[in-house]
Amino acid sequence: MNIYKFELGMLKKSILIWALAIPAFFLFYVSFFPMMSGEGMDTIFEQFPEEFMAFFGMNAELPVSNILGYVALTYGMIQIPMAIQASNYGFHMLSVEERELTADFLLSKPISRTKIMVAKFLAAMTSLTIVNLAICASTILGIIMFRANQAVDWSAVIILLTTNVFFQLFFVSVGMFVSTVVKKVPSVLSLSMGLGIGLYIMSSLGTMLTSTLFHVITPYSHFAPAYILAEASYDWSLAWISFAIIILSLAGSYFFYLRRNIASL
Amino acid sequence: MNIIEFNKLTKYYGDVKGCKDIDFNVKEGEIFGFIGPNGAGKSTTIRTMLSLIYPTSGSVTIFGKDAIEFGPEVRQEIGYLPSEIFYYDKMKVEDLLKYSASFYDKDCTDRLYELAEIMELDLTRKIQDLSLGNKKKVGIVQGLLHRPKLIILDEPTSGLDPLMQKKFFALIKEENTMGATVLFSSHILSEVQQICDRVAIIKDGEIISIQEIKALKEDTYKKFTLKGEDLNDGKFAIDGVSNLLQTDNQVTFFFKGNVNNIIQIASGLNLKDILVEEPTLEEIFMHYYE
Repeated sequence: MNIYKFELGMLKKSILIWALAIPAFFLFYVSFFPMMSGEGMDTIFEQFPEEFMAFFGMNAELPVSNILGYVALTYGMIQIPMAIQASNYGFHMLSVEERELTADFLLSKPISRTKIMVAKFLAAMTSLTIVNLAICASTILGIIMFRANQAVDWSAVIILLTTNVFFQLFFVSVGMFVSTVVKKVPSVLSLSMGLGIGLYIMSSLGTMLTSTLFHVITPYSHFAPAYILAEASYDWSLAWISFAIIILSLAGSYFFYLRRNIASL
Repeated sequence: MNIIEFNKLTKYYGDVKGCKDIDFNVKEGEIFGFIGPNGAGKSTTIRTMLSLIYPTSGSVTIFGKDAIEFGPEVRQEIGYLPSEIFYYDKMKVEDLLKYSASFYDKDCTDRLYELAEIMELDLTRKIQDLSLGNKKKVGIVQGLLHRPKLIILDEPTSGLDPLMQKKFFALIKEENTMGATVLFSSHILSEVQQICDRVAIIKDGEIISIQEIKALKEDTYKKFTLKGEDLNDGKFAIDGVSNLLQTDNQVTFFFKGNVNNIIQIASGLNLKDILVEEPTLEEIFMHYYE
């Protein structure tokens, strides 16, 4: 419990920044929707090449003139900072003691590595959940405020919001797994940016090139907002891959962290 | 009763040897020195005791329990001062020490403040603003605040001024009189000489000797320094003499054996001065280091 509290305390500032920045980003984009809602917009977008539209996730059944079509586009973008935050915590939490050489302090205390890992993981998940709730609130608020009197399929929206936790889990657990198998995690920030943005690009490329190979590995495709909002359901042909990766990464991190030789100066 | 028992403890980092076949015991109530040059394997051995790293083969038993399998339980009663001190930079000293105390079953608050006062530690400052010496003091307090039965010190005095070193040694001796066993690792031999009962010497990852400090100093070598004229003639190259250094007007050597032999040779010489000393541990250990 003391480690959980301590870790959460260390994340305080980070939680505040992310919980403000991501919702603000979303609300800012959604506030433009009333201008997009006319028929005119769709005709403009029809002029663009299909691949271009696909890259930005706009080839779904929902056109951008529909509020949910527009939300699908915007939500795809706020998934990027969500991914960066989650992978940041993932890469960071088990590697920080070794990087900043505080491992000899923490690990020589009378506590098992299992407990350390669970406490750190729960602290990270608590932080992510706070940010997640802020995103849910701002999404619902944004749609209510800027839907331009359109009807909204709320069940589809709620289903989309439930993907957040799995989306975050994916990046936390993959980050954690990588940090336990490599010798050293040199720069958490660049790794998390790389993972978060790299997988986004891969998902976009997959849609653009209509290649399922890309879709298989990236959670941006597993939890694609355009599909979920259109179908009001998870894309089960892909979502299970994320669940499998989460479980394997968590198990792998646990296995390797318990056996790890902690480097010293 | 043995507090620490090493059983053929071996640690390789890939192909690189950390330590090999470490096999000795530390008895209850002892202050046990662990001596060797930098990189000899002292920290590797110590960090295995704390499950920071895992042995390639062999094991360590502490308080009669395997140090890896019963790690958390065993560490309740261990106080550890790492050689390089790093703490969460942005924390205040007091918060760090309280965090440290929160890991132990007993209430350590009184002892925490008592130790901070002895070590003249300013509790209100941030870790990142502390000098190396002050960080070391934080380390000492966090290592001792739960009154551990086993104190493990890895090069504890670096960065401490002589006055603080003295206080620190007094503190360790006091803990020892109250029943704590101490494992004291260092490459500075004079400080081990001051405080330890027995000493293990480690070189290239292997223990090469275990000795009583008293026996080491009393029963072995005497250091002779003779000053005079025309001394550079090799007269002292007899059995029992080592490290013989001779110039025209000075001869120094270590001697182990019947001192009358030396006096006999010396009586035939024209000497200005003669000095017979206990060699320092440093000089004794040079044999092992070489």
